[in-house]
Amino acid sequence: MVNEATPNVADNGRLELPPGVSEWHRFRRVFLSRGVVVFGMIIMVLFIFVAIFAPLIAPYDPYEPDLDNTLQNPSAAHWLGTDALGRDTLTRIIYGTRTSLEIGLIVVAFACIIGITLGTLAGFYGGWTYIIIMRFVDALMSFPMILLALVIAALLGGGMKNVIIALSVALMPGYARLMCGQVLSVKQNDYILAARSMGASNLRIMLRHVVLNCVSPIIVQITMMLGVTILAEAGLSFLGIGITPPTAAWGNMVADAQQYLLVLPILSFAPGLALMLVVFAFNMVGDGLRDALDPRLRGIL
Amino acid sequence: MPELLKVNNLVTQFKTESGVVKAVDGVSYYINEQEIVGLVGESGCGKSVSQLSVMQLISAPGEITGGEVIFEGQNLLEYKANGPEMRSVRGARIAMIFQEPMTSLNPVLTIGQQLTEMLVLHMKMNDEAARKRAIDLMGLVGIPAAEKRIDDYPHHFSGGMRQRVMIAMGLSCNPRILIADEPTTALDVTTQAQLLEMMKDMVQRFRASLVIVTHNLGVVARYAQRIYIMYAGRIVESGTTKEIFGQPRHPYTIGLLKCIPRLDEAEGTKLVPIVGLPPNLINMPPTCAFLPRCSYKIDKCFKEPWPELTPVSDNHFIRCYANTEENKK
Repeated sequence: MVNEATPNVADNGRLELPPGVSEWHRFRRVFLSRGVVVFGMIIMVLFIFVAIFAPLIAPYDPYEPDLDNTLQNPSAAHWLGTDALGRDTLTRIIYGTRTSLEIGLIVVAFACIIGITLGTLAGFYGGWTYIIIMRFVDALMSFPMILLALVIAALLGGGMKNVIIALSVALMPGYARLMCGQVLSVKQNDYILAARSMGASNLRIMLRHVVLNCVSPIIVQITMMLGVTILAEAGLSFLGIGITPPTAAWGNMVADAQQYLLVLPILSFAPGLALMLVVFAFNMVGDGLRDALDPRLRGIL
Repeated sequence: MPELLKVNNLVTQFKTESGVVKAVDGVSYYINEQEIVGLVGESGCGKSVSQLSVMQLISAPGEITGGEVIFEGQNLLEYKANGPEMRSVRGARIAMIFQEPMTSLNPVLTIGQQLTEMLVLHMKMNDEAARKRAIDLMGLVGIPAAEKRIDDYPHHFSGGMRQRVMIAMGLSCNPRILIADEPTTALDVTTQAQLLEMMKDMVQRFRASLVIVTHNLGVVARYAQRIYIMYAGRIVESGTTKEIFGQPRHPYTIGLLKCIPRLDEAEGTKLVPIVGLPPNLINMPPTCAFLPRCSYKIDKCFKEPWPELTPVSDNHFIRCYANTEENKK
């Protein structure tokens, strides 16, 4: 086709947009405008760094008992003291970071993929698909999350794999609900009808037009849920049906340390504090993301 | 010129809790090749629904319950609504553009991604060829600096520019028919005129037919060759543009024309609105739906059911008993 001289255009004046603030700039500005979010971000990056390079950072071996140095107070050699088996608390916290983040990420990934798939199908097709999927999800949701995870973990037994399964099942309904609601509203948009009128198939419309328009609340939910997942995992481990010793996890560290609470409080406080910091960091980052992705704040310069 | 699309007795219903809404109730019309046809009526008279029915884009609780849509010798209603045959018609053979340019484009994809999607889908082009064609199309519909603008997102475009993109999208696969559902309603007047002019040029260039769905008689007056007037889910008058504007015969058409302000009328002449509201489409009486608002009604109107379309001349049909010619008001 030959590109001929274009017809007269009235809104010529409006065409050359000012260099404008790019989406990324706007996102960064809103995201980094709150000190507490930046603080949370720094802590989050720090913990991720620690988790990745745990073997290089940790001063001792997390599993090797040192029976000559049990229940030590903090000292130059053991910054946070040692536990009843003489293992360095700092080392175990560092390795516990690994466990926590690993479980957090894997669980959220699983819950997210399954939840998004179910929610999208239910919202998009409606009718019986919606009823069957969402009633199932509602049934799961009617249990408090931690209780559901507890029951599943108790049935399956402890260990990394089972904790992941238990938490994924417990977390999935939240994503399915959120996604379903998003899809229900997005699929009403004119551009979905327009895409259909252009001959796009259901699958194409779902993947290319619906899901892409639903991701921003999901991203926020992911960061928010990372904190919750880590907390839930610690809870399960504390109750003895999560990560089984000797694997270092903050939950079972607190559980082990509680009998020495009066003698050596730092033994339980330190992993508790680490847990608190991580959850705080993820929540703050999630909060910042929510603000930054909120279309109502789009206009702010 | 040969007939391209023929719609016979199309019926589309919406099942609601308060009853069945017959949004389109036995509509028949045809479109010739390379013809511009106007479909005019007020809000809720079924003009958009009839067009969505042709494309089988009606979703629950709506349902096409009868009639046929013959396009190039094939009844489209025999195809499954989302089946591959219907999808290969949509966009490629019959394309549609919608009223709201601000919401008809996906906000998270670039203009280029959306324009090339159809070319890859229907014309089996590779990405590079599709991109080139998309740039050409954008130039044709009057988007300056198309090479640059193709990577912009919809929110970088004004309403008029977005509607140009929609038109480019509609025409990208050389469709036989372009259905424009109130294409200019959401735009300001200067842009409206430009877009209509451009659309006319484009369908001529692509040798396509154009259906302009609108509530604005003024929009179709200049461009359409034939006009269908719809009221309460039925066509009440059809004819050439000249006949509709020159010798309107149905009381509703006459009413519509009286609502248009004219510069050549004496100062102080009041516009005459059509009194009342369109009828509720649930539980429609068998008599003429326009009866309560009609100023030409005769006794027969109350006793007999709504008449079928009857010819008053070769191409001019009305659905009315009253002789509006002799009782001019």
